[in-house]
Amino acid sequence: MPNFIDRRLNPKDKSLSNRQRFLRRARVELKRVINEKISTEKITDVDAGHAISLPVSGTSEPSFSPDRGTGRREYVLPGNREFVLGDRLPKPGAGGGAGAGKGGAADLELEDDFRFVLSREEVLDLFFEDLELPDMVKSSLKEAIAFKPRRAGFTTAGAPTNINVGRSMRNSFGRRIALRRPKQADLDAIADEIAVLEAEAKPSAVSSERLAGLRRDLEVLQRRRKLVAYIDPVDIRFNRFEPMPVPNSNAVMFCLMDVSGSMGEREKDLAKRFFVLLHLFLKRRYERIDIVFIRHTHQAHEVDEETFFHSTQSGGTVVSTALEEMRRIIEERYPSRDWNIYAAQASDGDNLTGDSENCVNLLNNELMKLCQYYAYVEILDERESAIFRSTDNGTSLWRSYRLIGKNWRNFQMTRIAKPGDIYPVFHQLFAKQPKTAKSG
Amino acid sequence: MNKRADTSNLLFQSSEWNFNTLYRTYDAIKEIAIDELGLDVYPNQLEIISSEQMLDAYSSNGMPLIYRHWSFGKHFVYEEHHYRKGHRGLAYELVINSNPCITYLMEENTMSMQTLVTSHAAFGHNHFFKNNYLFKQWTDADAILNYMEFAKGYIARCEERYGLAAVEPIIDAAHALMEQAVFRYNRPPRNSPLKERERVRDRLEYEERAFSDLWRTLPQRKADEDPTETERDLSERKKTLNLPEENLLYFIEKNSIILEPWQREILRIVRVVAQYFYPQRQTKVMNEGCATFVHYTIMNMMFDKGQLSEGNLLEMLHSHSNVVFQPGFDDPRFSGLNPYALGFAMMQDIERICTKPTAEDRDWFPEFAGNGDWRGTLLDAWANHRDESFILQYLSPALIRKFRLFALEDETKENHYRVASIHNERGYESIRSTLARSYDIGVNQPNIQVVDVDFRGNRHLHLQHTVRDSIVLDEHARSATLRHVRRLWGYDVSLVGVEAGSDKTLYETSSSKLAG
Repeated sequence: MPNFIDRRLNPKDKSLSNRQRFLRRARVELKRVINEKISTEKITDVDAGHAISLPVSGTSEPSFSPDRGTGRREYVLPGNREFVLGDRLPKPGAGGGAGAGKGGAADLELEDDFRFVLSREEVLDLFFEDLELPDMVKSSLKEAIAFKPRRAGFTTAGAPTNINVGRSMRNSFGRRIALRRPKQADLDAIADEIAVLEAEAKPSAVSSERLAGLRRDLEVLQRRRKLVAYIDPVDIRFNRFEPMPVPNSNAVMFCLMDVSGSMGEREKDLAKRFFVLLHLFLKRRYERIDIVFIRHTHQAHEVDEETFFHSTQSGGTVVSTALEEMRRIIEERYPSRDWNIYAAQASDGDNLTGDSENCVNLLNNELMKLCQYYAYVEILDERESAIFRSTDNGTSLWRSYRLIGKNWRNFQMTRIAKPGDIYPVFHQLFAKQPKTAKSG
Repeated sequence: MNKRADTSNLLFQSSEWNFNTLYRTYDAIKEIAIDELGLDVYPNQLEIISSEQMLDAYSSNGMPLIYRHWSFGKHFVYEEHHYRKGHRGLAYELVINSNPCITYLMEENTMSMQTLVTSHAAFGHNHFFKNNYLFKQWTDADAILNYMEFAKGYIARCEERYGLAAVEPIIDAAHALMEQAVFRYNRPPRNSPLKERERVRDRLEYEERAFSDLWRTLPQRKADEDPTETERDLSERKKTLNLPEENLLYFIEKNSIILEPWQREILRIVRVVAQYFYPQRQTKVMNEGCATFVHYTIMNMMFDKGQLSEGNLLEMLHSHSNVVFQPGFDDPRFSGLNPYALGFAMMQDIERICTKPTAEDRDWFPEFAGNGDWRGTLLDAWANHRDESFILQYLSPALIRKFRLFALEDETKENHYRVASIHNERGYESIRSTLARSYDIGVNQPNIQVVDVDFRGNRHLHLQHTVRDSIVLDEHARSATLRHVRRLWGYDVSLVGVEAGSDKTLYETSSSKLAG
């Protein structure tokens, strides 16, 4: 007799822990790959699952293996059509040396083309690694969509805590009536009568017959009572809950960046991380997020993401133009009663003399009223950071913006020189609920 | 064929399977396999699994359980990626050489496929595992599952006690030497593996129980107290080392001075796994050929008995012919000789030679040509050969012509391949021996042995690579592997490449010269 076993319901993820071990092992490489992806990919795609192509260093499994480029070999191959003894065939890839690599093709492929997919969770873990986020923030960012359970009728299965007593008892009552479950009172009445008859000193033939009849009735009723339970599993009803996504509204995120010559690759990469983090945060809160990219030199334009990060423009630096542009776009497309407006500005702090005042005015009088949150990062050189970190001193833009920071609680600014510095700008954003982050 | 209208014998008609049809079909297959083909099998245990579980099984070398290690995770993500992308499908079945013989059947197979796969794996492979001399001598089907369970638990306990960081490098290093962790020529010295394992476990447990911190405080005997005794001890030890030794891992396990008992046990586990899979690697063509021939024969017999409908048979034949498809060398789909194709063709050819031999066959195979007993001849071949000897013995000129085989010489220095022989009278013998050699693992894997250990001096371990056909080792991998050997041995290790025949030293490298 064969032994068939149905294993389909056994747990599937037997390899999960090995997979995690492998990822830990490949951590350094993975981080490099992810960082590369962050700088080349769209902000909105950063937290998608990623197909990773991984060079094998660190995860190679060496063994003594023959060098394919040496020695003399003989192969037997099928499908000869025209060759005769002594024919000479040119080798493919006339570079010589490389050899044919026959039979080993599969192994080679494994080594060169090691691709696999990282889940969103794994990607975010790697992304968060040098941002130095508190754990609470990490976990709340990773949480995909917030669901709230809502009552939705009744169900026949569920946890004991969810039993709906009223509904269950009503079912039980109906069933008891339908199946004619004997009432306790009826039983008691018969039992009493039996007791009376039994108490008779000399039972007549009639009464003993009656007694026997009553006993039979009592037995039937008792059996019936036992069979028709007071509460049966079929009566039980549970409250049903349906996870409902928390109603989200729309948000628009403005990315403002100075793209004049002084912003190099490093500055842009830091700025991008800053934008990505804000986007991740918004994505958690809002169902729909639009991103508007505004770059500026001495004039500002709305551009697409590619241009935003990857092309430079020559010219001076007039920051207020970007704010003007942002205001224009808000008026045109994002009325503040329908949209939550978030803005993130990155700059190296240069500005045309006197223009910083304009910026302060614009923000104070118009933009800050519209925005949920305005974050400003000034990107410093690694060397400067030590000097400037603690002082109020700094570029004209920095000094002017400090005034705004005093007036508006939803305005945050910081100077950053490395990824770990970014988080403090968002500190308030992550620490509080959005409603309390409103202007105060 | 007129009988076909009668459907009363049919085992199943729809393509959906359920456990009833599986049982019924299994019994029908068994009847044919045992009574008519004379197969001898372990009891079967067939397990239905889903595709995710198949992927899991892939990444653990096809074992139902295996110790945890990142390399299995690496294989898993690799397989998973290719499967999800649709680069490759999954196998219809997977079979484990154990007693009872475990066969995994995929849940999405149709009933016809389940029939095919059951006869292929649960009878073809199963018979081969139970009867082939390599498996009989080198693997212990009764104990393997228990052993793997022990191994997994043991390594998990080690990780708990000594930390992952301590255990992982040992497994890494042991895996690097897996190719050199089998006994190829002499039998493994074993006094019943089960008992041996229990002995080790008992010893470890005893040591733990008997551990007393007081011992540490006793004065140690001075190293140079009694030189003559130590010297005698050493020379005796060298004699018992039994050099040269081909099984590097075995040697290190037994003789490394720096390893803790649990580290030795881990090496042993890796070694046992390597040894367990060694016969499978030597019998790919035969194993698959045997299983394919068995399923082909059984499904035809079932059809003749009226147990299968024409539609079922056609479905089976369709996947059968996919499996035994052999593209030519210049076909874009070509990726080496297909072991299923070659094996199946050879089994069929033997059947043909037994029943309808030509004059040529009688010439080449006087022992069995025309003896009519193809069952017996095949059973005998399956039991007593591995790929190399099987091809050398049974590959017929007719088959060489059918596959249009030719041999190609590849001298790395030259810019041309040379056709060494083709399918003609002059070429048969040499094609046959060349092909046979290409299946000889002993020839194709680098031959590396322990030749000397300097126990009296710096404990230097000397390895020797016997270089055949001037094929040397890949340098990068060689250095990396040597570093692993050094880690296990604890002292310097050197590797010398010596040309076979001339004893000329081709290269010399040592772990002390390697950076990092």
